[in-house]
Amino acid sequence: MSAQAWLDVLIAVIGGAVRVGTPFLFVSLGECLTEKAGRINLGLEGVLVLSAMSGFGAAWLSDSVWIGVLCAGLAGAALALVHGVACSLPRVNDVAVGIGIMLLGTGLAFHLGKPLMEPQAPQIPSLALGGWSNSAAVQAALRINVLFPLGVALAALLQWGFANTRWGLLVRMVGDSADAARALGTSVNGVRIAATVAGGFIAGLGGASLSLYYPGSWNEGLSSGQGLIAVALVIFARWSPLRCLAAALLFGGAGAIGPALQSVGVGGAYYLFNALPYALTLLILVLSCSPTRSARGAPLELGVSR
Amino acid sequence: MVRNDWSRRRWIKSATSLGAGALVEGWPWLAHADAPITIGFLYVGARDDYGYNQSHAEAAAVVRKMAGVKVVEEENVPETQAVQKSMQGMISQDGATLLFPTSFGYFDPHMLAVAARNPDVRFAHCGGLWTEGKHPKNTGSFFGYIDEAQYLNGVIAGHASKSHKLGFIAAKPIPQVLRNINAFTLGARAVDPKITTTVIFTGDWSMPVKEAEAANSLADQGIDVFTMHVDGPKVIVETAAKRGKMVCGYHASQARLAPQAYLTGAEWNWITPYRIIIDAARSGKPHPNFVRGGLKDAFVKTSAYGPAVAEAARKHADGVKARMLAGKFDIFSGEIKDNNGKVVIPKGTTHQQTAIELESMNYLVEGVIGKI
Amino acid sequence: MAGSRNWQPTAEAFALPLLSLAGALVLFGIFVALGGRDPVAVWRLLFVGAFGDAFSWQNTLQRSAPLMLTALCVALPARAGLVIIGGEGALVLGGLAMAGLPYLFTPPAGWIGTLLLLAGAAAAGACWIALAGWLRVWRGVNETISSLLLAYIAIAVFKQLVEGPLRDPASLNKPSTLPLAESLRIGSIGSYDVHWGLVWGICLCVAAAFWLGFSVHGFATRVAGGNPRAARLMGLPTGRLVVTACALGGACAGLAGGIEVAAVHTNANAALIAGFGYTGILVSFVARHQPLAVIPVAILFGGFGAAGSLLQRRLGLPDAAVQVLLGFAFVLILASESLRGRLFTLPAPLRRRTSIAAVAGAR
Repeated sequence: MSAQAWLDVLIAVIGGAVRVGTPFLFVSLGECLTEKAGRINLGLEGVLVLSAMSGFGAAWLSDSVWIGVLCAGLAGAALALVHGVACSLPRVNDVAVGIGIMLLGTGLAFHLGKPLMEPQAPQIPSLALGGWSNSAAVQAALRINVLFPLGVALAALLQWGFANTRWGLLVRMVGDSADAARALGTSVNGVRIAATVAGGFIAGLGGASLSLYYPGSWNEGLSSGQGLIAVALVIFARWSPLRCLAAALLFGGAGAIGPALQSVGVGGAYYLFNALPYALTLLILVLSCSPTRSARGAPLELGVSR
Repeated sequence: MVRNDWSRRRWIKSATSLGAGALVEGWPWLAHADAPITIGFLYVGARDDYGYNQSHAEAAAVVRKMAGVKVVEEENVPETQAVQKSMQGMISQDGATLLFPTSFGYFDPHMLAVAARNPDVRFAHCGGLWTEGKHPKNTGSFFGYIDEAQYLNGVIAGHASKSHKLGFIAAKPIPQVLRNINAFTLGARAVDPKITTTVIFTGDWSMPVKEAEAANSLADQGIDVFTMHVDGPKVIVETAAKRGKMVCGYHASQARLAPQAYLTGAEWNWITPYRIIIDAARSGKPHPNFVRGGLKDAFVKTSAYGPAVAEAARKHADGVKARMLAGKFDIFSGEIKDNNGKVVIPKGTTHQQTAIELESMNYLVEGVIGKI
Repeated sequence: MAGSRNWQPTAEAFALPLLSLAGALVLFGIFVALGGRDPVAVWRLLFVGAFGDAFSWQNTLQRSAPLMLTALCVALPARAGLVIIGGEGALVLGGLAMAGLPYLFTPPAGWIGTLLLLAGAAAAGACWIALAGWLRVWRGVNETISSLLLAYIAIAVFKQLVEGPLRDPASLNKPSTLPLAESLRIGSIGSYDVHWGLVWGICLCVAAAFWLGFSVHGFATRVAGGNPRAARLMGLPTGRLVVTACALGGACAGLAGGIEVAAVHTNANAALIAGFGYTGILVSFVARHQPLAVIPVAILFGGFGAAGSLLQRRLGLPDAAVQVLLGFAFVLILASESLRGRLFTLPAPLRRRTSIAAVAGAR
């Protein structure tokens, strides 16, 4: 392979990291917020699929992409609300309910989304950051979904907010010690439901990014597990929003390697290339964990850290 | 107790079906052409996928309008015991006597297993290779030579491309897919032998994000005309159009999705084989076991040319098409080399469309960049 | 009062899921009614499709067979305190082993060969899930995530091998391994259209229940899962118990894959990846990880699948309709946990409300 080909692959992977990584970013940020409050919502896969469908449907019906984005967020929040409320009942397991929400969300989305596979909806605009380059490949790689900068800002905001705002401290306190929060007269379930719903809204923006930007249409194979992986990325990122950003980009970029290599003529073993993101994530998890410090950064009330 | 009940029902069912069969065989005039019939269609994906499953569902909708025909359908039926049960359910619960399992993976072992238990029911499978002596008489397969339409796609693409680089996004390197890639490339290289086709295999029939990523990677490499062989081409058509590239459709017409970028397309016309098989079933003729056809038999068709197709391209493609319709054009005519330089069809050898060799194609022709 | 304690938990164990199911059916009825369909017809077809006649029963039972085994892949590790969601990977590798081992040696014809291959399938699945358990014990890697990632990796390995080195050249448009020899396949039970995988599923559920309920090892596993600190204080080898439970669960899923190959597909191909592993998670959670409860729950899920097929054909409902119903049922069943122990005493607080209010008022 020539130097030019390597460069092309690199550009494609960078472009792919942003394109493919954006939904991972939103879902992992949503999950991060939920988990910081002490609950796991495995149902974000369902949230992602339902919001992608709702966002697409709303954008198509209203002919306005922003109404679509808003509806995607609201659909995500509504489904997350079911999770939040159900888990507030005594002795209800949040992991299990999450699996139920995943099922319900995908079921509703597939059921209601049948008429949405054929139409085309208005698309989220993009920012052309590659104008400085003459290369079409660079320009394409740097043509960025406007939701992506929003996601980056959100990651920074969450990172800062968890440490420096009253709300951030409240969420973390509820997530670290429900008893302490109760002692201060805080409604633990109230905060958790609020965090779950907000997380659902954020994850919903990831759904909008899927159906209204990249790949930009609704069909039943749209997510195929991306929401579930995004939940995994939060543990990988050790509950830090900025590390969620890094993890989402890494995962997105790794997913772009396979097609990029084939486009320059390096073929074969594409199944293994397609599995690269998963293998890479697992490898980093194994290397970075140890029995003694695996839970560092984990909210103490969370099932996984107990 | 329960067991008794089961076997009684089973007996009554088989007795009545036997009786019905004997009746029809004894008095053939009873089985006239308008005999009411229930027909079952099974799809592996969603019916509205803008692709393979939709091409079948659209033809099934035409069947539904025929007088005396009742249609039952199921979509998203996986190629597991689920499809066996769905087929058996159509037979036992809905009284279907003709089934169209439309996914390749339904053939062996699923359809064969159900067919063995229901000798009075006809099975018409799409894509399979029914073989005399090996497969039962109440089963059969039909398929279209869509590589003819892909060859014409290639001719149009060859004229339209400025970079001389074409892109083909495919699911898996199976013979049906390879045949399309090769026909497309041969068509394009008939225009200009400098043209290459870069192929990306995504690994599965419906992977929207991977397909979009493949289209973007190819566009980055300067590829300016795309075509594909995946279940739902919508994502690729839209992504290519967004990148300002041109595209040839597949399965059904995607012209509406990108009217400016859409050049032409290779479409199925399943109603033709459906009619042949249904007419045989209703008139009591033997089940057509092996049904194949191309452009001239109206099993496949091409989409109307888009505005971006130049006059010279139309003329060239129309010329080839006229010869295909007259049965005077062979796509796979020697000498053809594969992309490693090995001769796969020697000089002087011509594989006609019906040739069995083509159904087991396992190479990419010269000019294709990619590995199986 | 003392007498009532004996029947109440048992009655609740049946009443809560049944009430939840009824609630889900009502919700689903409203849902389809909003879509302009007659809910009564939908309910009737649900029943007819799942349990209406001999065909429906065979349909339901057949669909439930693999779910019992994949559910055990969740239930057994869960009793040791681990949430494994990657059963699909073990199933796929089990199928691969079943079809792939004859490439390495010629198994004896007949049932001995089948058992030998099934053992291989179980071993493949066991290794894969045990790996997730071991990563947890060794490095503290979260097993829910590692098992999910491992499932994706297993599927990739499966496809690469089946469509590459192990591919039968005669499998043209459906890349598959060489078919399993006729004598090694698993057939139907008698004249019924249900294969012996169902018997395997039921037997292993019963065996798992015995292991957990009556063996020392099973008891130790439950202690390790229920209270790891106590288990360590008792000197139990928690790490080994956890990995063993994972291996046993994985073996069940691997067996499911092997049986699918031997009884349904006759070879290993991509159609094996049909989501049984993921549905097994639902079954296990609804069964509260009780192996005996897995049997009826799996049959119920099989019934939903069978009924969904009929709903599509008769009413033209989308295939996802049953998924919506399952979603309602699943969430309600889980939420009903909060009523456990209070279902039959629910009116009591109402009766006592005045006295509580009086106490609160006095304070």
